[in-house]
Amino acid sequence: MKIAFSTKGEGWDAEMDPRFGRAAYFLIYDEDKDTLETADNGKVADMAHGAGPQAAQLLFQYKPDVLITGNGPGGNADRVLRQTGIKIYIGAMSGTVKQAYDKYKNNELKVF
Amino acid sequence: MKIAISSGKGGTGKTTVASNLASYLADSMPVALIDLDVEEPNSGIFFKHELVHTEVKYKNVPDWLQDKCVPCDICKDVCNFNAIIRLGDQIIPFPQLCHSCYACVELCPEKALVMRQERIGVLNHYNENNLDFIESILDIGTEQPVPLISQTIKYTDNAINNDILKIYDTPPGTSCPVIEATKNVDLVLLVTEPTPFGLHDLKLSIEAMKELGRPIAVIINRYGIGNDETEKHCKDENIEIIAKIPNLRKIAELYSNGTIIYNKVDQFRIELDKVVNYIREHLK
Amino acid sequence: MKEIVIISGKGGTGKTSLTSSFTMLSGNDLIAADCDVDAPDMHLLLKPDLAKSYEFYSGELAVIDYDKCTSCGICMEVCRFDAFSIIDDLYKISKINCEGCAYCSYVCPEKAIEMVTQNVGKWYISNIKSGSQMVHAHLNVGAENSGKLVAKVKNEARRIAKETDKKYILVDGSPGIGCPVISSLTGADFVVIVTEPTASGIHDLKRVNDLVKRFNIKCSGIINKCDINPAACREIEDYFTAEGIHHLVSLSYDENFTKAMTEGKTIVEYDNGELYNKINNAWENITDLLQTKGESQ
Repeated sequence: MKIAFSTKGEGWDAEMDPRFGRAAYFLIYDEDKDTLETADNGKVADMAHGAGPQAAQLLFQYKPDVLITGNGPGGNADRVLRQTGIKIYIGAMSGTVKQAYDKYKNNELKVF
Repeated sequence: MKIAISSGKGGTGKTTVASNLASYLADSMPVALIDLDVEEPNSGIFFKHELVHTEVKYKNVPDWLQDKCVPCDICKDVCNFNAIIRLGDQIIPFPQLCHSCYACVELCPEKALVMRQERIGVLNHYNENNLDFIESILDIGTEQPVPLISQTIKYTDNAINNDILKIYDTPPGTSCPVIEATKNVDLVLLVTEPTPFGLHDLKLSIEAMKELGRPIAVIINRYGIGNDETEKHCKDENIEIIAKIPNLRKIAELYSNGTIIYNKVDQFRIELDKVVNYIREHLK
Repeated sequence: MKEIVIISGKGGTGKTSLTSSFTMLSGNDLIAADCDVDAPDMHLLLKPDLAKSYEFYSGELAVIDYDKCTSCGICMEVCRFDAFSIIDDLYKISKINCEGCAYCSYVCPEKAIEMVTQNVGKWYISNIKSGSQMVHAHLNVGAENSGKLVAKVKNEARRIAKETDKKYILVDGSPGIGCPVISSLTGADFVVIVTEPTASGIHDLKRVNDLVKRFNIKCSGIINKCDINPAACREIEDYFTAEGIHHLVSLSYDENFTKAMTEGKTIVEYDNGELYNKINNAWENITDLLQTKGESQ
């Protein structure tokens, strides 16, 4: 499975970003291959309007199965993500990416 | 003639003044009152009139016709509001973000985008004798008030005779929605309260109206509270203060019940007379 | 760290006066954020020092390069916003009407139209008289209040609160229910609606509560000027109960609100009687409610 995280930085020790549309980065972890990719969402984060859908568009290029984030995507982004069938988990407001992943594995996050 | 009743700060008494002014004028001439504070329209609370017309209001947003799409990404690239994305081979337009500029629809080489109507709110037109009252209510969750404000103004231009006085109750503030509501009026009456918050926001309004080139005059509401800085500022700026409505508890109580005030409080009517005279002078 | 947002629906209910008072009461526990960027007023009471200021850019306007323009008129044909006019044989763009859609720029055969990003305001990080900090902003007149500046103010406040280990962010929201209010609400842990017992106040309370419900945030209410209309007050209390809105406090109409403001003070600096006690209790009520929320985050 491919797991995506909304983060403030790169790497497993990076801090989680509770937002979706204006998150600084998306990290995508491929569980099968044990690889961690980085998608830079910086350009989108700065947009006046429509950050959510643009972030979803960026993320979609990596075809993740799961998204782990804090607040959950706003209305516009949510609409888009639902269409892709991605499963969204919320509650990872702070802490590191590694901690968020562990919480997800331990069923401590809520399904959005 | 078109008059806007506006203010920088919310809660200064725009709607109180607009509603009472319209009601008072309607005693002797035909008047139209239009509530353009579409996010929180309140003038209707003061009138229980007969509904003569209601219509749902829409803005035009693009719909994607998958069969005709190549895809080529022109629509996505041309949209300056990030309102169109591509997810795989799906083009997804976002009505909330769309500003209805038609660029994507008209520039698509395959005509794969067509405009459809997206509901943004509802317009109600009431009437009793001399008074026409028009309000628009933005749907909860709709983000942009400006399209509804401009459509309400257009409706009024068509539905009400040109020679009937039109009074617009505008939203508070000085950003886009207020600019849309006031940019084509003949006179702007700024309602303020003589307090530091009131003065600070009044200065912003004055600046905005000067940029638009609108003639302005000030009405001080709740006169007696605060300080005299507001009066000083208007004098320094050569802006006429045409009325000073006193700070009376009775006025607040009547307002709280959604009751028209001028026929119950003499001091209020006296100040309203001054506003009426000023308008009559301007009409000449 | 918890985020508290204070909104009102209707203007003039006393939202900013109360937000400023809560800011003073909590001293160094919080970062304040004035998100009413259209008509910000908190600075009039909290005396910010504008320690850091930043320009804010948002939206674009079309500008014609007359060296390239051949007056073909295609720009005017495609514009849906009535932004073009011909003055002295030159095509002119109205800054007020230009929506920034860039359609004209895209189709101009001479590439004579450029889209220019607009400086629409400033935002500041200030030290305030409570000993803490406030993030605030000011949008230029006529600018589009897109929610982006609101988001900026909030994010900076969050960042500072994290770095300085504060318990709370207190947000003074905008009136209404549109974009800027929606932007004020995203990410909030707790909402306080300040209302008044008037027909307009109740009407707007319901609309703004409908908006809050979409966000699923714990909601509370303060009824200001409650003695103006006791019957309306009861109607609001019933509405609070029915909607699960926690009633924090009711405040009588008090001239001290304005007197304090006129002297550039928050109410809690000016008053030390019943009004002070009620506002203090309301704040303690808010912080208590936030403790008991205690979900794992």
